[in-house]
Amino acid sequence: MSTTKYISKVVPDATAALEGLEDNMTMMFGGFGLCGIPENSISAIREKGTTGITCISNNAGIDDFGLGLLLHTRQIKKMIASYVGENDEFERQMLSGELEVELIPQGTLAERCRAAGAGVPAFYTPAGYGTEVAKGKEMRVFNGKPHILEHAFEAPFAFVKAWKGDKAGNLIFKGTARNFNPMMAMAGKITVAEVEELVEVGQLEPNSIHIPGIFVQRIFQGVDYEKRIEQRTVRAKSE
Amino acid sequence: MGLSKDQIAQRIAQELSDGWYVNLGIGIPTLVANHIPQGVNVEFQSENGILGMGPFPFEGEEDADLINAGKQTITAMPGASFFSSELSFAMIRGQHVQLTVLGAMEVSDNGDIANWKIPGRMVKGMGGAMDLVASAENIIVAMQHTNRAGESKLLTNCSLPLTGVQCVKKIVTDLAVLEVDPERGFVLLERAPGVTIDEIRSKTAGRLVVEGNIPEMQL
Repeated sequence: MSTTKYISKVVPDATAALEGLEDNMTMMFGGFGLCGIPENSISAIREKGTTGITCISNNAGIDDFGLGLLLHTRQIKKMIASYVGENDEFERQMLSGELEVELIPQGTLAERCRAAGAGVPAFYTPAGYGTEVAKGKEMRVFNGKPHILEHAFEAPFAFVKAWKGDKAGNLIFKGTARNFNPMMAMAGKITVAEVEELVEVGQLEPNSIHIPGIFVQRIFQGVDYEKRIEQRTVRAKSE
Repeated sequence: MGLSKDQIAQRIAQELSDGWYVNLGIGIPTLVANHIPQGVNVEFQSENGILGMGPFPFEGEEDADLINAGKQTITAMPGASFFSSELSFAMIRGQHVQLTVLGAMEVSDNGDIANWKIPGRMVKGMGGAMDLVASAENIIVAMQHTNRAGESKLLTNCSLPLTGVQCVKKIVTDLAVLEVDPERGFVLLERAPGVTIDEIRSKTAGRLVVEGNIPEMQL
């Protein structure tokens, strides 16, 4: 019997994970709101000063956190998202024309990521039919219902965040921080995963793995997670 | 006097059936969860990736990794599950969710809905609303009958960019419960306590169908 083998995906930190990242690239960022966003990678990209970024992300962060950090430094050229509220700087740049924005339905955004990772070039969806989202798109009726043709994304880089990961790139997410991370991990040509806890190979239970390491090219132990809450809502303790 | 937001939610909760999976939008729809009738078991889906969404957490028990589609901190009920966005919208597009309740800026009398954009003023995005309205078999709109300027939100044609076409089935406002018949228009089913048919008529810009005796809502 040979010794256990695995393909190591480990890089020392977020800065090292950005090797090959250049200006004017398309990048995916996992997360919903501020939940499950790749905090370390965003900071490292800000530090590196990469510009002309086309961002594919469900949201655009808030003024001083998440992708909002890259908006402030004008590193983002175009934003592809489903919902961009809660961000004044974003709104200002969009209305002044500094920032290009493409809004697409959330389910379509998710499926265009999944399709990219799954080798499906395009698919039909009913979402957006009869709206401005359908403009210029091929329409076809299935089972009496109109659908529009949507295409898979292409992304040289995807940045995702997981709860736990092993050195072979296997990932486990926690709670609703999973959101867009799995299908963006699938879609990226180079997927960078940052994790709260990086463990040795063999320490994750194979039945519990959400994303197999084959979809991850680089993984690192994240540091100093802030995990900000956007809307803190609580109820009173009643007797 | 029309209904309060909470009473609109209370009236919509009467539409819930045992065994349904339900998606609640942001705003008034969220309040529906507080009024589930006795003996009715439903599970709430939030499109960011949870089935079996529970109430807000107790103070000090908030978890940044556990939020709803409105980015509010929530809890998970026993039996809850978490999943990816792709799987969440498979549930929605695949019609595994029985009821969608959402807010609207405008609804037309053939069931079109506009709720995501005011050109030049508010462009926040559609989020999951377009996927939800394009696929859900049963859509209830929760909204005020008129906007802040006092203008009807129930129109012949929506003036704002559409979210979906011919999809709204029922509307519960502060004044009335209406069904959408794409052929005939808004069919008045119930009126809020103390609200007259004349008032509803004067505040409904689209075609309104009034047939027989219109009962008051039972709350």
